[in-house]
Amino acid sequence: MNKPLPEDPMMRELVVMARRHQMTRRAALAGAGATAATLALAACAPGGSTGAALTPATDLSESEKNLIWHNWSLYMDEDDNGNYPTLQNFEKQSGIKVEYKIEIDDNDSYFSKVQKQLAQGQDIGADVSCPTEWMAARWVNLGYTQQFDLANIPNHKNMAAAYNNPAYDPDRSHAIPYQGILAGITYNKVEYKKATGKDAPTSLEDLWNPALKGRVGVLSEMRDTIGLILLANGIDITSESSLTEAAFMDAIDFFAGKVADGQIARIKGNSYSEDLENGDTIAAIAWSGDTVQLNLSAESEKYGFFIPESGTTISADCFVTPMGATHKRNVEELINFYYDPKNAAELAAWVNYVTPVVGAQEEAMKIDPALAENQLIFPSEEFMKNAHGFRSLTGEESVLFSKAFQDVMLGA
Amino acid sequence: MAFAAFSHGGGGSKKSAAPVSKGSGKVALLLLLPGLFYLAVFFIAPLFSLIATSLQTMDISSGFPIYNYGFQVSNYIDVVSQYGPQIFRSFFYALLATIAALIISYPLAYFIGVKARRWPLLQGLMLTLVIAPFFISFLLRTFAWKQIFSNESWIVSGLQQIGLLSPDQYLVGTPFMVIFGLTYNFIPFMTLPLYTTLERLDVRYLEAGADLYASPRKTFMKVTLPLSMPGIVSGTLLTFIPIAGDYVNASGLFLGSTETSMLGNVVESKFLKSYEYPTASALSVILMGAILLLVTLYVRKSGTDDLL
Repeated sequence: MNKPLPEDPMMRELVVMARRHQMTRRAALAGAGATAATLALAACAPGGSTGAALTPATDLSESEKNLIWHNWSLYMDEDDNGNYPTLQNFEKQSGIKVEYKIEIDDNDSYFSKVQKQLAQGQDIGADVSCPTEWMAARWVNLGYTQQFDLANIPNHKNMAAAYNNPAYDPDRSHAIPYQGILAGITYNKVEYKKATGKDAPTSLEDLWNPALKGRVGVLSEMRDTIGLILLANGIDITSESSLTEAAFMDAIDFFAGKVADGQIARIKGNSYSEDLENGDTIAAIAWSGDTVQLNLSAESEKYGFFIPESGTTISADCFVTPMGATHKRNVEELINFYYDPKNAAELAAWVNYVTPVVGAQEEAMKIDPALAENQLIFPSEEFMKNAHGFRSLTGEESVLFSKAFQDVMLGA
Repeated sequence: MAFAAFSHGGGGSKKSAAPVSKGSGKVALLLLLPGLFYLAVFFIAPLFSLIATSLQTMDISSGFPIYNYGFQVSNYIDVVSQYGPQIFRSFFYALLATIAALIISYPLAYFIGVKARRWPLLQGLMLTLVIAPFFISFLLRTFAWKQIFSNESWIVSGLQQIGLLSPDQYLVGTPFMVIFGLTYNFIPFMTLPLYTTLERLDVRYLEAGADLYASPRKTFMKVTLPLSMPGIVSGTLLTFIPIAGDYVNASGLFLGSTETSMLGNVVESKFLKSYEYPTASALSVILMGAILLLVTLYVRKSGTDDLL
C-alpha cells in the first residue's frame, strides 16, 4: 500500500525524491554509519566504575583571589538590598572575591548532578560546597574531597565539642560544620488547640492523634523522619548494634502504616513550610531554624517547636572542597572567618540554625540578648543531650534503606 | 509514530516512485541530513543508552551504587512486579483525563471553529484565551490549583458544609485532584487540533442533513463526528501520551500524594533519590513501549492511518 502524494507540486517532488532514495546503497551505508555513531555515543553514557585514587587539583589561590561557594537557600545573612553583609566583610578583610551560589536544594539531587565530575576529580564549578553531614561523609569516604590544612584555620579550635571526632573524619580536616541542623516538631499553636483540645504536643505519639488525621507532615529527609520514629521506639540511632536493619524496617513499616491510613498527608523537603503557612499541615517533623523564620514571616509567635522527650536528630551541613577545586587556600580563609565567634553570631542571628562555633553565644549577647537565650540557636547542654546523630550507613544499607523510604513516598 | 511514518513511506515506494534525475536526489538527501542527524543524536542515541542502562547490574562494593553494563533482564521483571499499580494508574489516569479533556474541548472547539466563524475577531480572541494559560509556567499554574483547593480554602470548607466532603476529607492529594490537574493542563492540546478540523467543516453538509430530515443528533453522529475524527485522534494522542508520563500533577509537592504516584513519579524518585538508574530506565522503556503499542492499536482501530 502506498500513501497518496501531496497536492502541492513542490512537496510532491520532495516526497518522490525522498522515497526514491530511501533504499539506495548510499543511503543504506549512511544509515549504518549513523547507527555506529549512535552506539559510540551510547558508550559515553554514564556508567563504568571508579578508577585510581584522586589527587587534589593545583591550588591557584596565590594568584587568583576568588572562590565559588555552593549552598542552600536562606542560609546566609541578607540585607534588604539582597547583599550578604558577613560575606561582604569577608571580602573586604581578605581581598578574596566570593561568588555565592544557591545551588543545593536536596542532598540527593545535588549529588546526582555533580557525582560524575566528583568521581573523575574534575571541577564541579565550586571551590566549596555545603552538603549535609551524611552526604559529606560519602564524599570523604569516596575520596572526593581535599584535606584542609588546619594550620590555616586557627579558629578551627572554636568548634563545639559535639561535632568532634566523627568516624569518617576524626580530626575534621575534610568536612567542617557550617551550621548545625536540629530536627523536632513544629506545630500551629491555634489549630493544634482547636483540633486536639491540648495546648501543645509533648511526644511524637501526639502526632498520631486521630484528631490530626491528614494534617501531619514529615520531612523527606530519611534520617530525620525515620530517626525520630526509631528514637521513639527506644532505638539508639548512634549505635550499630541497636540500629539494625530489622529495627529500621520496623520503623519503615510503622511509617508506611501512618502514611497508608492517611494520618501523615505530606512528606516534603524544605517546602513543608508552605503547608504550615496555608494551614494544610497542623504539626510536622521539621527543622528548628525554619520555625523561627515562620514566626518571623507570620509576625507572631504562631508556631511552636519542641523536641520530643524520646529524642531527636542533629546533623550539620559541612564545608567540603572537592578534589577538582583550585582555591582551597581561599576556602580555608573563608572557613576561618566563619569560625570567628563574632561572625558566627552575626550569621546565626539571621539564619537561626544551631551554630557550631563556641563563643558565638557571648557575641550574640551583644547583638540581641533575646537571641542569645534562644535554645534553638544556642542550645544548652541539657537540650543537646536529647539530640543524636544518625549513625553512618554501609553502602548496602544506604541503598536498601533509601529505597524502602522512597517506596513509602511512592505508595509502593 | 515516527516508526509508523517511516514504514508507510518505505513500504511500496520502490516500485511506484517515478524516475527522477540524479542531481535532485542529492538535494533531497542533503535536505534530510539535518533531520537525520538530529534524530540520530537526540533520539536514537539516547534510546540505545536508555535500553543499555536498563539492563545494567549494580555493584555496591565501593559503598555507593555503581552500575556496570550487563544483561540483567530481571530488572524488568522486578519493576513490573513492584510498581504494577503505579504503571496501571498512569494509563488509567491518562485515559480518564483524556476523556474529560475531550468532553470539555469538543463543544468549545465547535463553538470557536463553527459557530464563531462569522466573527473572526471573536474567534481570534477565544483562541487566544485557550492558549493564554501557556503564558504562565506549567508549574506555577499547577501550584496555584493546589493553593485554591488547599485544606483551609473556602472551596473545601464549602464542600464540607454542604456535605459533599466529610469534615476530615480534603481534595489535595486525591485521585480526583490529580485527574483534574491533568485535564486542566492538557486541555489546549485537545482544543487546538479539534479546532483546526472543525474550522474546515463544511456547514452545507449539516444543512443537507437537516434537509434530509435527519435530527440534529443524527446529523452530528453521521456527519460532524466522522468529519472531525482526525482532530479527535490527534487531540487524544497529544493529550494521552504526555499525561501518561506526567509526574508533576501526581507529585506530592503538587496535587497528589503517596496514593496517586504515577509511573513518572517512580522514575523521578529512582533517578534522583535512590540512584537506581537501571530500574528507572527499565520503567521508562516500559512506558515508551506501552504507549507505542496503545497508540498503534488506537490509530489502526480508528481508521486514521493517514494521520501518521
